[in-house]
Amino acid sequence: MKCRSCREPAVIDIRRHNAGFCRDCFLRHCREQVKRAVEDWSMLVPGDRVLVAVSGGKDSLALWDVLLDLGVDADGLYLGLGIGEYSDDSGAMARAYAATRRATLIEVDIPSEYGFDIPGAAAATRRVPCSACGLSKRHLFNQAALDGGYDVVATGHNLDDEAAVLFGNVLRWNTDYLGRQLPVLPAAQGFARKVKPLIRLGERETAAYCVLTGIDYIVEECPNAVGNKHLGYKAALNDIEAQSPGSKAAFYFGFLDRASSKFAEETAAGRDRLVACEGCGAPTTNAGLCAFCALVAKVAR
Amino acid sequence: MKVLLRNPRRELEMPGPMRVHALLDRLQLNRESVLVIRGDTLVTGDAALADHDEVEIRPVISGGAR
Repeated sequence: MKCRSCREPAVIDIRRHNAGFCRDCFLRHCREQVKRAVEDWSMLVPGDRVLVAVSGGKDSLALWDVLLDLGVDADGLYLGLGIGEYSDDSGAMARAYAATRRATLIEVDIPSEYGFDIPGAAAATRRVPCSACGLSKRHLFNQAALDGGYDVVATGHNLDDEAAVLFGNVLRWNTDYLGRQLPVLPAAQGFARKVKPLIRLGERETAAYCVLTGIDYIVEECPNAVGNKHLGYKAALNDIEAQSPGSKAAFYFGFLDRASSKFAEETAAGRDRLVACEGCGAPTTNAGLCAFCALVAKVAR
Repeated sequence: MKVLLRNPRRELEMPGPMRVHALLDRLQLNRESVLVIRGDTLVTGDAALADHDEVEIRPVISGGAR
């Protein structure tokens, strides 16, 4: 197979684009896709200070790398989740990348700063681990951005992530979530702007980006995620994609173009119900403590 | 050829020569879900793998909370 752009031998084929790319043209393709997502959705403005949510995995490290290459002022934030060897290894990958690029990596260790780890929180609250993990991450990334004076939190959600989340939300018609599933969530009182610059890249592409640029990332799956619903949705969508390349992109971008606005009203109503958390002051729809402070209190009991 | 699989990590011996697509089909792997790495670079689905090659089939799907 030849590279679509320069006709040199290709190293990767991307069936939804019906194209192959050599190393250099593929890396340029990735940067162009990120740039296009940022511009199409007005994710960033000149002078923005960006905090990248870094897990040590392929998506967040690829995102950080591309943003730095595009000249964005981007620091990283790594959360220590207390998931044994997995956290040790992923933290080491994030630190090694930051050292290589001489970039700033902020670290928050949840066990030492908040007195719990993710497996412990899941057990104490009878939530699945990914739920306790997700709510902790959303809260702490936002808080770190506000505390550090960052304008934006950038996350490594890619096309596969967004298509799988959309698939799950449609299966259950979670209309409130559907209204919020956007590539940009604007800043609001108590919330930094949230952006997802990787939405135009599949996770096969972000993994390939790391392999071809020599970025060492954690390949092993989080032990708590094995067998979760999200992975099941991804597998189902990849079966469809194998039969009909481009289906995931058509599903997700079709939703953004033609359907997401139909759910906006319900989401706006949720925003009107926000009050300040009695523990930390963060905006919440709960009376009393926000979900994160309630989690911390429950684990402490 | 020697084939390294991940999650969990294990090694297989497969007969070569064989095209990458055929190897993935033989292992019942969805080509949307993996990368095939030979040396320090990737190979496309139509690439021929020789009997003496060593390749890694790396899963690209991750699914925890972000």
